[in-house]
Formats: sequence, C-alpha cells, structure tokens
Amino acid sequence: MNAPVKFYQTGTFTVGNRLLAPEQRSVQASTERSNSLNSGHRACQGCGEALGARYAVDAAMRATGNRLIAANATGCLEVFSTPYPETSWQLPWIHSLFGNVAAVGTGIAAALKVKAAKAGLGQSAVRVLAQGGDGGTTDIGFGCLSGMFERNDDVLYICYDNEAYMNTGVQRSSATPYAARTATTMAVGAEPGAERGKGKNLPLIAMAHQIPYVATATVADLRDLEAKVEKAMTIHGARYLHILVPCPLGWGSASHDTIKLARLARETGIFPVFEAEHGEVTAVTKIRHRVPVDEYLRPQKRFAHLFGKEVAAQAPAAPAAQGGASVLARPGAGAGQGHPEMLARIQADADRNIRRFKLLDEPEVH
Amino acid sequence: MLKQIEGSRAVAEAVALCRPDVICAYPISPQTHIVEGLGELVKDGTLTPCEFINVESEFAAMSVAIGSSATGARTYTATASQGLLFMAEAVYNASGLGLPIVMTVANRAIGAPINIWNDHSDSMSQRDSGWIQLFAESNQEALDLHIQAFKLAEELSMPVMVCMDGFILTHAYERVDMPAQAEVDAFLPPYEPRQVLDPAEPVSIGAMVGPEAFMEVRYLAHAKQLSALEVIPRIAHEFQQRFGRRSGGLVRGYRCEDAETIVVALGSVIGTLKDTVDDMRERGVLIGVLGLQSFRPFPLAAVRAALQHAKRVVVLEKSFSVGLGGVVSTDVRLALSGLQLHGYTVVAGLGGRAITKASLERTLREAIADKLPSLTFMDLDWRIVNRQLEREAQVRRSGPIAENLLRDVGTVASKVS
Repeated sequence: MNAPVKFYQTGTFTVGNRLLAPEQRSVQASTERSNSLNSGHRACQGCGEALGARYAVDAAMRATGNRLIAANATGCLEVFSTPYPETSWQLPWIHSLFGNVAAVGTGIAAALKVKAAKAGLGQSAVRVLAQGGDGGTTDIGFGCLSGMFERNDDVLYICYDNEAYMNTGVQRSSATPYAARTATTMAVGAEPGAERGKGKNLPLIAMAHQIPYVATATVADLRDLEAKVEKAMTIHGARYLHILVPCPLGWGSASHDTIKLARLARETGIFPVFEAEHGEVTAVTKIRHRVPVDEYLRPQKRFAHLFGKEVAAQAPAAPAAQGGASVLARPGAGAGQGHPEMLARIQADADRNIRRFKLLDEPEVH
Repeated sequence: MLKQIEGSRAVAEAVALCRPDVICAYPISPQTHIVEGLGELVKDGTLTPCEFINVESEFAAMSVAIGSSATGARTYTATASQGLLFMAEAVYNASGLGLPIVMTVANRAIGAPINIWNDHSDSMSQRDSGWIQLFAESNQEALDLHIQAFKLAEELSMPVMVCMDGFILTHAYERVDMPAQAEVDAFLPPYEPRQVLDPAEPVSIGAMVGPEAFMEVRYLAHAKQLSALEVIPRIAHEFQQRFGRRSGGLVRGYRCEDAETIVVALGSVIGTLKDTVDDMRERGVLIGVLGLQSFRPFPLAAVRAALQHAKRVVVLEKSFSVGLGGVVSTDVRLALSGLQLHGYTVVAGLGGRAITKASLERTLREAIADKLPSLTFMDLDWRIVNRQLEREAQVRRSGPIAENLLRDVGTVASKVS
C-alpha cells in the first residue's frame, strides 16, 4: 500500500505547488480558496494563530463544500477578527464565551441534526467547527470540551496552541511549557520561568476519551495540516486537532520566525506531530532532521534566562548537531551563565517524546 | 384534557406540546422530574424530531442552548439554585445575543448553607440578566406559562425564564387541564429566527462591540423588555381566547377593589395568601392580594394602578438582599413613587421555611395596626440567632455558623414548619 505523500514548505525539503497537478495543490494555493478568515483583521505581524486558523478553516470549507458553521471561544482569534462591525469571517460564525465553545458547537450540531431530520435527510450536510486558544481549550473550556468528547458530538474542535494567555498579556496556561517566561511565571529565582511538573497534554487527554480522531499539527506543515482537517471532515463524531501556533509577541520571537519555530518544535521532538484514531496512535510525522532543543529555544526571549546574557548574545549556533551526546554537551558552553540543568531537562523531555511517539526511524543511543 | 399529575410532569408535557428541537438537561433538584419527563418523551418517540442532550454542567446546558438557538432551533432547558448560578455567565450571554431560549427555574434557595428547598433567591440573582421572568402561581399556570413563554420569547427574540416554586409546585400532584396538540400548534407558530447561523447567508454573531455601540445594544434590550409589557398581556389574552382560562399576564389582583391593605407576592404563596385574605375578609378586614406574574419586565404602571388606592402595602417575598432587605419591595417602592402609603417588607419562607396561614394572619394584623417593623423576617427563630451572636461575642473560634445553629435547634433539624 502506498503511504500518503505529504509535501513540505520552503525552508525544509520543498516540493512547490507549481510542480503538482492543480488538483493536488494545497487549498491555500487555490484561487478558489474561501478566505474564510479574510484579510484586514488585526492580528500581530507573524501571528501563528491567524495563519493556522486560515489554513484550517479554508481546508474545512473546501472539505465541506462551504457548508460549515464556526463557533469561536473568546481570545486573540475572536478579538482580532471581529471588532464590530468589521468581521473577517466569511462563514457563519458565533462567539459566545471563553469557556463554552465546545458546548456551543454541540448545540449547533444538535440543531443541524434536527433540521436535517425535518428535511427528511439522514444527516446534515452542514458541519460544525469549534475553535479556541490553549487557555480556552486546556483550562477554562476543558469541562465543556471533555463533555463534547464524551458524548461524541459531531464537532471538529481545533485548539490553536500558543502556549499561554496571549490576549490578556501573556499569562501562564496549563499548556505553557516548563521554563517558559510568562507574566505569571516570571524569569526570576532559582528556577526561572514555568515550574517543572505542571501542565497537561490535551491531545493525549483527548485520546483517552476514545474519540474517532485526534491529531496534532503545526503551521510549518501546511499540507499536513490541510490533510488532517480534510480527514477530520470525512469522519462524524467528536474530533480534535491541536495546532502549534507560535506567537511572536508572547514568545519574544521575530515575526519572520513563526514557521521556522513551528518546524523546530517538531524537529526537536518538543512537539510530536501525530494522528490517533479511537485512542490509538495511527501515524506520526517522523523527524527528518533532528536538532537539539536549544536551537528551538534560543530564538525565543521567553527562554532567554536558560542561556544567560553572554550566550544569548552570540550568533546563532551552528545547525544540525546530530545525536544526543553533543546536544547535551552544548549548553555547557554557557555554564554559570544560564541554566544548563534546565536545558538538559527540556532535552530529556524531547528525547522522551521521540521514544514515546517513535519520531525517529532508527533508535538512537544516548 | 384533565389530568391528575405532578407539576413537573405537567410542565414536561406542556413543553413537549411546544415541539422543541433541542433540550439540554443537567440534573439539579427540584428540576429533575421535568427533564426526566421530557427525556422519556423524546426517547419513546412521542416528541420527534428532538435532540435531548445530557450535558456535563448547567454552564454547558445554557451554552448548548445558545448554539442551538443561534442555529434556528427551538430550545429548552431547566435548572434551579446553584445550577442557575453556575450557568450565570451563559445566562447573560443568551440574552445579550437575543436568543429566545425558554428555561424553567424550579425555584430553590442558594447555599451556603446548602439547602434544596424553595425560595426565590436563585431567579432573583438573575434579575438583571436581561431575561424575561414569569412566575407561576399554580401547576396549571406553570403549564400555561411555558406555552406562552415560547411565543413571547420568539416574538421578541429574547429568552424567557418561567419560575415555579421548587417542590411546592414541581412535586405536587394536582389536576391540570392539558391542551391538545392541535390547539397548541394553532397558538404557537413555528420558530422563525431573527438571526441564524446559515451557510447560505453567513453572519457573525457575538462580535466584539466597543464603547461606540455597547450602550445602544443594552438600551435596545431594555426597549424590548418594555415592549414586553404590552406583548405579555396580549399573549395572555390570546391564550384565554383559545384555551378558555386566564393565565399569565403582568399582575393579577384578588379582592383588591376596596382593599385598604394589599399584599404583593410572587409564585405559589399567592394561594396561601388568598385563603388568608378570605379568612380575614370574613372577619371584616379590607384586605387583598396582588400577584406579580411578570417580574421582569417589572410592570411599574400596573402595580401602581393596582395599589394606589390602598392605604398600606405589604410585600411578602421569598428573597432577600443581604445588607438591604427586600428585592421585590424595592421595585414595588419605585412603582409607588410619590404616593404616601404605609409600606412593609416581609421576608418569609427562605430555604423552605413553611409559610402558614396563622403566621401570615398574625403578621398582616400587625401591619394593619401599623405596628410591624418596616422589614420583618417572618417566624425567625430569635432564640438560636441570639445564641450564635452571644457565642461569637465570647469566643474567637466560634466555629461554623450553620452547624452551631443546627446543634442549637437539636434533633428537629429537618423540621420545616
């Protein structure tokens, strides 16, 4: 059986759209794309969430023949897209509250089901998307999300994860990674940034609900993201897509590095990209070019305290140290300046992800 | 059709006659029997098509209702007490969005201390939420108000809360006249939404609104509630024309015409008050009762018209604003602005404390003699109150209040009368 072919974007192992037959090109490459999150909104330069939402919603629109209703949690995406009356949304869209978007999605799906029944149809041709950020998903909206999963309601839920409450000024969420500086996990003290041993992994929790489809993706892999949205739309029941969306403002990264950081999150093993059906991992995106975690962390000011001032001021490190030994050795160059022990823990976490999700084709010896 | 059934069952059957598309249910006493009844009607195919959804909280119940109502579905849910508080954020959101959801509130006290019995603290806490609030005096009226509520909500595109006393009504078996489906269909047209999530005509609902238009959106909600002051009596009149009984409306007086003293109240206690008034009338006391069927919008003009010829007004309420006094009384006082009446607030029945005719007559006689304090807690057990006050004066770590009081009350802790 042929494995599905997925193409990668500029900066990695590129196969451009122009080399493909028109029907094989990405949704974003199509002049027919719906532009459901239209231009003119007020997202920051380099906003990963705006990019992720555009990719995902356009793909969902194509998959459903533009028969899609979206519910949106409170958060950046809702705020930057809708200051009254200039909505960017080109599809039926509702915002209710911060913590209830999954339940609003359930309500929309229920109404559509009854409408279909009244029209003598087996099921509704109109589909439902509920979307929110990591705060609205992993924290305040978690109860409603778990309820929607548990009932297997016919809703695709997308979490745009930028790892903190960016809309309110970069406060910690339960998706904030260890060591990250936020407004409520300050870069001070013996162990600066977010504390060790806290936070939750929503994709794994979603899998524990045994729902039909769970997937992760990043804004670095457009084709992969679109393919997962399209696949999700072929399935009925509760589906969960968790997209890593770098936030230049909250992460302290350059706005032109959004896609690069998303790619590095995957290539370090920090953010495993995979699919799961009914609680079972069915596919992973292998790491093509493994890099140590500090390559991902160093360009982000939220991790600057790990490196110390002198190290952080240096030119970017040479790429592509292969293998764990050199990875772990490198932070030692700034010993006494930063927090090499914290870096080592982050590296160990990434290595564990690589083992757990089998992200490398050949096991490496550490 | 006449039936001898539980109040909750009567409401469930009445709601089913309204052909709701989506029902969300989360259990809380004393609302449970209503949604259980509806769930059964959906599951056995009596009510179809209809989606009955067991949600994980009241917050989710109202949120599901928001999603389904915005997608053009006639939507119903029911709650009480803590449940209403837990969904409060979504309660305000539903009215802010102008979604005509109908919700039963089986009125129950709010904790702490936890208490499952009836008073009006729950719905009063949502007084300013933008929902229309109707109060039922009897099981028949509760049944009838639900049928009216869907018509009212959908005509105004505004959510309606039908408040009925927990246990006293919800769990009481009484004779009710259940309308026929064809009659309800003729009274209540299919839901035609003002706004709907529809791919054929995409709209954004719930967008961010800044200072340039927020006040206007709020004002329009107020204007709609004011217009409900005309719509509510009209719908009650239409209902009477079709079903042959008077239910709902804004206010309803009982023996008020020549009354020197009028008692204002909401809900099932009106029945007890009517009996008390009858007894007192027999002894020559000129007294009447004014029942409020609509609390929001508050019918200022109708209340004033009904009370202005009295000498004295006693507001009997099962709610209490800590640090002020009466909740309903404040609104009644506003209706009586400029009139020189003697006014009394009687807080009674909190947490299910029985309101007896004997206590009512004693209290009302004190009012008629103008010896009643302006704020009275009827049948308050001063003995245990004072003991606790002494305890707190003497000991720093005086312990949990409710537990101390129960210990003082002794073995009759569950006694309600």
